Amino acid sequence: MSAVAADGLVVRFGALTAVDGVSLEVERGEVFGLLGPNGAGKTTTLRVLTTLLRPDAGAAAVAGYDVRSDGLSVRASIGYVPQALSADGALTAWENLDFYARVTGVPKAERAARIAAAVQAMELEPLLERLARTLSGGMLRRLEIATALLNRPEVLFLDEPTVGLDPTARALVWERVHALRAEHGTTVVVTTHLMEEAERHCDRLAIMDGGQIVALGTPAELLAQHDARSLEEVFRAVTGHTIAEEGRYRDVRAQRRVARRLG
Amino acid sequence: MSAPSAASPAASAERPRRPAALSGGALRRLAAGTAAMSLTEWRKLRHDQLDLFTRSVQPLLWLFVFGTAMSRLRAIPTGGVEYRTYLAPGVMAQAAMFVAIFFGLAVIWERDVGQLQRLLATPLPRAALVLGKAAGAATRAVVQAALLLVVVAVAGIGLKWSVPRVAGALVLLALGTAVFACLSMMIASLVKERERFMGIGQLVMMPLFFASSALYPLAVMPGWLHAVATVNPLTYEVEGLRGLLLGGGHPLVDFAVTLGWLAVLAAAATKTYPRAIL
Repeated sequence: MSAVAADGLVVRFGALTAVDGVSLEVERGEVFGLLGPNGAGKTTTLRVLTTLLRPDAGAAAVAGYDVRSDGLSVRASIGYVPQALSADGALTAWENLDFYARVTGVPKAERAARIAAAVQAMELEPLLERLARTLSGGMLRRLEIATALLNRPEVLFLDEPTVGLDPTARALVWERVHALRAEHGTTVVVTTHLMEEAERHCDRLAIMDGGQIVALGTPAELLAQHDARSLEEVFRAVTGHTIAEEGRYRDVRAQRRVARRLG
Repeated sequence: MSAPSAASPAASAERPRRPAALSGGALRRLAAGTAAMSLTEWRKLRHDQLDLFTRSVQPLLWLFVFGTAMSRLRAIPTGGVEYRTYLAPGVMAQAAMFVAIFFGLAVIWERDVGQLQRLLATPLPRAALVLGKAAGAATRAVVQAALLLVVVAVAGIGLKWSVPRVAGALVLLALGTAVFACLSMMIASLVKERERFMGIGQLVMMPLFFASSALYPLAVMPGWLHAVATVNPLTYEVEGLRGLLLGGGHPLVDFAVTLGWLAVLAAAATKTYPRAIL
């Protein structure tokens, strides 16, 4: 049984078809990337898989549970870190962890041990007593990922986890994600619009454009298929255009705000 | 740990067992989530006590500047009660409502967007998001009201000081705050633009405040305002607080009406609010 299986997902917002027939499978223990420009449908796909949005058509299962008929079981089996800031700046790092342990149904007797394990996995030990608002962007992302590990998720969904981070912080976030996979076999589904990052860190990836998956495979396969030296060339070959930073006023504003908070 | 007894062997072979995190049941998750959000607000208050004091200034101004002036004028018929004494419960309820309205609207500020998206992707029932936020607002409002009561006591304003009366008043205040937190969450789900945040907050708060018995008794209101005031939940909160802290009135009726409003608005906010943050 695969960790994630989606078949023909369609999501419409009025006249706009944000996700247009997305099918994919993610194997257990894999780091799977959804790559594409803003508005390609990556986040919307993630929201269907995390049960935040109901698809208009198609089916999907996460950790073996159907996202439509057994959303509750899906939610109990996943960790999710949205792009928007989800750590509470007015609480300490430890209090953030304690909060998410309480709301994700971690039994009281196991709370301390689970928090300790997540702290170790994300290397947060020296930060626990600090208010989250005093942490750097990279520390915040690691804190958020730690809070998503407390229920021992089978699948961890990360939406643009490295947006607004400097290269050092990015590298550390990725290093911790790889360690998580190596030590616990956690399946990771990650969205990014950074080609270079996807190429280096994902086992397999789906390139999305205009709500559809336009290419799917390991980075090496994609490069070989299109006789390309970089994923940017692959993207241009399969879509006919370059990956451009676009988006409406609201998107830009939201993204800048995230970047500023994390920066 | 065993699987729920209801699952037949055939069914359990077909689909995987329910995740262990769901063993508690929906009501327990609702209670745990609401309690966790309330505990969180208490922790935030402890980290930022300055906020508590700055927010206490406005109710004290109402009580000691407006209240003292109106008390000298004797313009408001309070049934023989000194005006500041009459006003104290109204000011308590008003300060709590201010906390509540901005608590729910904070989602427009995008402060809470990530957190609420996270919570929607956990096994917490959706009602726990709304009740949790409301419980957070109530926690903050109760702490603020307790501080206000200390000042009122020190100033020698004569309330009926007894543990059950004060405790009952704080419980009613918590329920009333939850009502307004739910109301503001409903508004937040309709108004998504951050720029309208302050305007909408004022637009809701001031009419509710003036169309209630916080400052003056219902008897002095013109007919139309009186009609609005008799459905305004703030009126019942204020009347209940007055009944408990000054004596008289029908506090049980006020409790019942406040609970009724809470049930209606919590249900409505549960329907609309989670969708607003996607």
